[in-house]
Amino acid sequence: MRDAVPSLSKEEFAARFAEIHPPFAHQAAAVEASRCLFCFDAPCTIACPTHIDVPRFIKKIASGNLRGSALAILESNVLGLSCSRVCPVDVLCEGSCVMHRYNKQPIEIGRLQRHAMDYFYSHNPSVPIAKSVARGSVACIGAGPASLACAAELRRRGISVTLIDKNPLAGGLNTYGIAEYKLRPADSLKEVELVRTMGAEFKVGVEAKPESLEKEYDAIFLGVGLGSTHRLKIPGEDLNGVVDAIQFIAQYKTASIRVGRRVVIIGAGNTAIDAATAARRLGAEEVHILYRRGEIEMPAFDYEYEIAKLDSIEFHWNTQPVRILGTKSVERIECVRMDKNLSPVAGSNFQIPCEMVIPSIGQTKLVELLSRCHGVELREGRVAINRETGQTANPKYFAGGDCVNGGREVVDAVADGKRAGTGIAKWLEAHRG
Amino acid sequence: MADLTTLFAGRIRCPNPFWLASGPPANCGDQVMRAFDAGWGGAVWKTLGEPITNVSSRYSSVDLNGVRMMGLNNIELITDRPLDVNLREIYEVKKRYPHHAVIASLMVDSKREAWHEIVRRSEDAGADGLELNFGCPHGMSERGMGSAVGQVPEYCQMITEWVKEVAKTPVLVKLTPNVTDIRHVARAAKKGGADGLSAINTINSITGVDLDTFVPRPFVDGKSAHGGYCGPAVKPIALHMVQQIAGDPESSLPVSGIGGISGWRDAAEFILLGCQSVQLCTAPMHYGFRIVEDMIDGLSNWMDEKGFRTIDDFRGRSLPNVTEWKHLNLNYKIIARISHDKCIGCDLCYIACWDGAHQCIHIEGFKTPEDLLKASRSRIVLTPVEKHEMTGLHATPPIRIPRVDEDECVGCNLCWLVCPVEECITMERVDSGVPSQSWEQRTGASKC
Repeated sequence: MRDAVPSLSKEEFAARFAEIHPPFAHQAAAVEASRCLFCFDAPCTIACPTHIDVPRFIKKIASGNLRGSALAILESNVLGLSCSRVCPVDVLCEGSCVMHRYNKQPIEIGRLQRHAMDYFYSHNPSVPIAKSVARGSVACIGAGPASLACAAELRRRGISVTLIDKNPLAGGLNTYGIAEYKLRPADSLKEVELVRTMGAEFKVGVEAKPESLEKEYDAIFLGVGLGSTHRLKIPGEDLNGVVDAIQFIAQYKTASIRVGRRVVIIGAGNTAIDAATAARRLGAEEVHILYRRGEIEMPAFDYEYEIAKLDSIEFHWNTQPVRILGTKSVERIECVRMDKNLSPVAGSNFQIPCEMVIPSIGQTKLVELLSRCHGVELREGRVAINRETGQTANPKYFAGGDCVNGGREVVDAVADGKRAGTGIAKWLEAHRG
Repeated sequence: MADLTTLFAGRIRCPNPFWLASGPPANCGDQVMRAFDAGWGGAVWKTLGEPITNVSSRYSSVDLNGVRMMGLNNIELITDRPLDVNLREIYEVKKRYPHHAVIASLMVDSKREAWHEIVRRSEDAGADGLELNFGCPHGMSERGMGSAVGQVPEYCQMITEWVKEVAKTPVLVKLTPNVTDIRHVARAAKKGGADGLSAINTINSITGVDLDTFVPRPFVDGKSAHGGYCGPAVKPIALHMVQQIAGDPESSLPVSGIGGISGWRDAAEFILLGCQSVQLCTAPMHYGFRIVEDMIDGLSNWMDEKGFRTIDDFRGRSLPNVTEWKHLNLNYKIIARISHDKCIGCDLCYIACWDGAHQCIHIEGFKTPEDLLKASRSRIVLTPVEKHEMTGLHATPPIRIPRVDEDECVGCNLCWLVCPVEECITMERVDSGVPSQSWEQRTGASKC
């Protein structure tokens, strides 16, 4: 790549990716917790896909029972730590808080949850599991949020479970795919460790083979997530300096990557924002986001958009890339304006000089892998399941997370995994004979 | 503009009814003068007597939901400064602040001469009145003083009589609440010739136990002792005792109200139950003398709004409204109504009614709270939540607004008390169509 900016020192990296939500001090947490009205059948609990009993864990913070608070969270959501940091709370629990109607700030549920989880993980973390050993063995393909949640649910019931992941580290996108200022790999790995201490086995750096797993295990959970980012299908996308957003984020978090002086991101989803803000913090002087529709249609949450604006990301609405120019490496990107009907406006082409292009236009489906899972049905590339149980068309296979919902939040994957874990346990029970 | 000028027991004049109670804020001349500069109308000097030795620590408190010092407990004794110094400072304060009230709180051994001497010396120093500390419940009581006197009507009467033999200024007896019926001691004080009563002193208390050391608070080298409890938490107890005295012809004397007063509203309530002045200690300890500014301002504004020109215009106004239960109208009926516009959907009234009252508030479509929870927890929800559930943008969904079964509602007030939203739940009178009848009337009638 041409014109790469120097990499950051360890200290500089830590400073630029400092946590976006600082933790509560103990007393401040107690005061905030006391503000909670303790609603009955609380809307925040309903809004949470994993239905964490929010008032219950908050009142435990107020009472000074932090371990009890953490266990109340983990009971519903074993990834309570990462969710407390990455959940878009504005459109979940905090968005549903009745305090809004009371003309007051909603309770800072996310930060309170983090307070309880931080305490838990710094005091010999452990969660209770069944004392007896249940029959049946389950393989989870993928060791991301959905599989971790599924595994925890199975381990609580004493069912043996093995998670298989192709990456060297478990945790899936929690480890590799979330903006560093929201969640660090070390925190994601704490949760992996918790599931390990519950008795789950991890096989990492291994390609799962559904054909053989089917013979070895009584049930299989597909928590495989999605594949690489869709290709742009424009000239120049194989030039040096074009990096898939998912790859880019994984590399800067777990290895190192140098960014160009000027970076162009294609797409305006939450991942695109993560990539853009990362590029900026890694030292890029200019970061552009191209999006073929307008500001209103942008899929990123408002909260993410705000972060991007604070990081001086330049947005180009109604703009689509036409081709990437450069001899060996990226030098410029040519764009065209789009009209309301998403048709290019003739003669509106313009170029942005840049050294790096990061496409972030959604991930491909892992159709090849899924097609090897005998009897599992796909709909538009997504695994079709029974929503309550996670069971697929082949009763032995269950699924959840991004491969089912097409790519949503961590908490959605956890909710899927949890339902599937319960579903598998029930199914194993019924088929014990 | 309201006139807050106060004349206590016909003889103690001061610019307003707000006095510092005998305690740490009125420990020395400097404090009292700074308090007068801030606007306080009077001060009851920290109890004079033979100087004692105090311990450290001395205070502990009860916090409520992050709010500090809802209740305060102390094991501090009377003044630890030489009597001469205190008297000299009283003299100085009175010289500089002739229009403010300085009352000397007194506590000495139960010997006639000792009382005569301290009364004379205090009055010579210029005190406008005397307050006999028969209330201090800790430390001094172990030495036969304070509440040890105040708990025995005969002692109380005897010492009051001794004091009255020499006193030229009004004598107030400060009562302890640590008795079964405060009126017995109040009557004794009146018989002894007291000119007024101060109520209440602090309540025997242990504020809490440290869950690591297992020692109650406050710690003194690994041990603790019971203390005296005060602060906002004790106000209802104090109000009741004040009402008991003020409503009892045999103990009725001018009362200086004490106990949990932290603002003008509290003060107004004590005055409505008959007090001529009020005394504060915890509140100035918590926030400083400056709190008196809003007490003066707030009470004046309220009096203007109500059309009261002087304190006497509303003093004791609420006494006729306190009666015995047997006189309450059994046929008075109110029921709860929930405003659909104001309800925020917290459903606290619903669960309070189910678990703590009479099961007459309902959520449409669910037989029990457990059914409701079960349905909610089994909902499959995705991020982001549906726009209509985003509370910032929309009105409360009708499903979350509880319904009162008006036939079953007993009008207990619980839902209204738990509702966090002002004027969302209102208790409304319904015409029972039956004339007023009290328990006494009903049972009296049935006897005929």
